Amino acid sequence: MFELEFMRNAYVAGTLIAILSGVMGVFVIARNMSFLSHTLSEIGFAGASFGIFMGWSPLNGMLLFTTISSILVGELSSQVESRRESVISAISGLFIGLGILFLALAQTNSSYATNILFGSVIGISQQNVNQMILLSSLVLVVILLIFRDLKADSFDPIGARVNKVHSSLMSILFLVMLAFSVSVAAQIVGSLLIFILLTLPAASSKYFAHTVFKMTGLAIVFALTGVWLGLYLGYLTNWPVTFFISTIEVIIYAIALFYNSLRNRSE
Amino acid sequence: MQSSLIKIENLSLSFPDHHVLNNLSLDIKKGEFLAVIGENGVGKTTLVRILLKQLRPSSGKIIMPDDLRIGYVPQFRNIDVDYPLSVRDFVSLSFTGFKFPWLSKTEKKRLNEVISEVKLNNIEKRPLGLASGGEKQKAYLASALVKHPQLLILDESTASWDPKTKHELLDVVVDINKKFSVTILFVSHDLKLVSEYPDHYLWLQKGNYESGKISDLPRDVKEGINV
Ligand SMILES: Nc1ncnc2c1ncn2[C@@H]1O[C@H](COP(=O)(O)OP(=O)(O)O)[C@@H](O)[C@H]1O
Ligand SMILES: [Mg+2]
Repeated sequence: MFELEFMRNAYVAGTLIAILSGVMGVFVIARNMSFLSHTLSEIGFAGASFGIFMGWSPLNGMLLFTTISSILVGELSSQVESRRESVISAISGLFIGLGILFLALAQTNSSYATNILFGSVIGISQQNVNQMILLSSLVLVVILLIFRDLKADSFDPIGARVNKVHSSLMSILFLVMLAFSVSVAAQIVGSLLIFILLTLPAASSKYFAHTVFKMTGLAIVFALTGVWLGLYLGYLTNWPVTFFISTIEVIIYAIALFYNSLRNRSE
Repeated sequence: MQSSLIKIENLSLSFPDHHVLNNLSLDIKKGEFLAVIGENGVGKTTLVRILLKQLRPSSGKIIMPDDLRIGYVPQFRNIDVDYPLSVRDFVSLSFTGFKFPWLSKTEKKRLNEVISEVKLNNIEKRPLGLASGGEKQKAYLASALVKHPQLLILDESTASWDPKTKHELLDVVVDINKKFSVTILFVSHDLKLVSEYPDHYLWLQKGNYESGKISDLPRDVKEGINV
């Protein structure tokens, strides 16, 4: 399998994506942003088709759209919870529509659309991988730099405020890093299912681990399991990799919930 | 006589629709254990928020050192059963700032100190979401203590608990107050506790206030009529 260049690239890219998702996911879960990460993936779809329409790479289109919208969404965070959800739904509806429009205007064949939506391992070039390495490193460095304050702001916003953590700065930096992560992750799993990797491994990890470090480590392990095994099974069966990845992550999550209910019962 | 730590001068605050604090003046001395009492909605939390610089007064001022370290146990916190962090990891969230993600040796030492001060050793590994109300409150107290506060503010931290837990927590607070001369601002409804622990009181009333030594608190007030 590793004789094939695209499989090697897919594994490198998949590993990056898993690490990134594990790290970001722990904060996505703590900040209750599952819904938002879903929206960002849809916006990513629109960005990718815009990129194709403009003759850029889909990744660059995605970066542009997700970054701008993450900043817009950041402005919304001061809104009332219920209204925020509706506004986010409206934005995501608008962007899916735009994505479909740009794809139609670009007049590429429809396999391009399925690649963006559902992901693909074939299309990953060396150049893609390099750009992904660069972006992932940037995200990880930024997260590392703001780690303590981001952690406090995510896991105890009220306490963080007392400790003079700059909450809106954390929020905007995190959203932009989330936008980058979504764009990187979409390269393999597709924009329709990125939120799976950004939420489920971390959501599962919190039932087994009780420090931020351990949760992050375990979320990375869960994400890697899905991605590595998914790529392998996809290679064997020729079925879509995304199908395997999402199924594996859902199974891990189900096990975590089951484990948690068993533990609660025994207490 | 101890020196004054905080001087409140003619402090007033009005929200658009009503006045909350009216011309309040008070000296809080270093090492004082001050009870802040008064009816619901009279402005106790508002006063705390002014001290924390989260609100600006409409007039008057508060004179205190710029670099005063304040520990604060807020009235509300959103920790549900699914909250994953252990008591210990939760307390360590107080080590903020642009530093390495992991704790330094000194920070670890401080964390251990605080955890045993507040007597959380036996549950430090438990997820905070599964801790009892009293244990949670102890964890909040611990996280307020991490940075060696000179002023510790407890906002209704003892509301709705059993007497045993209340006394456990307040014994820790008294200890810190005596040993390290930490000034305590204890916002409470519980007049029984107020007459037992603090040495001074500030009684906020609508448009008015009273203050003085606990021993001078009117007897009928002290006798468990909840203000
Ligand atoms: N941001 C605000 N805007 C308008 N009114 C407020 C605000 N915060 C508090 N209040 C009002 O001020 C009064 C005092 O509130 P608070 O200080 O929380 O009372 P308590 O003594 O119970 O802690 C209440 O009537 C409350 O409704
Ligand atoms: Mg209050």
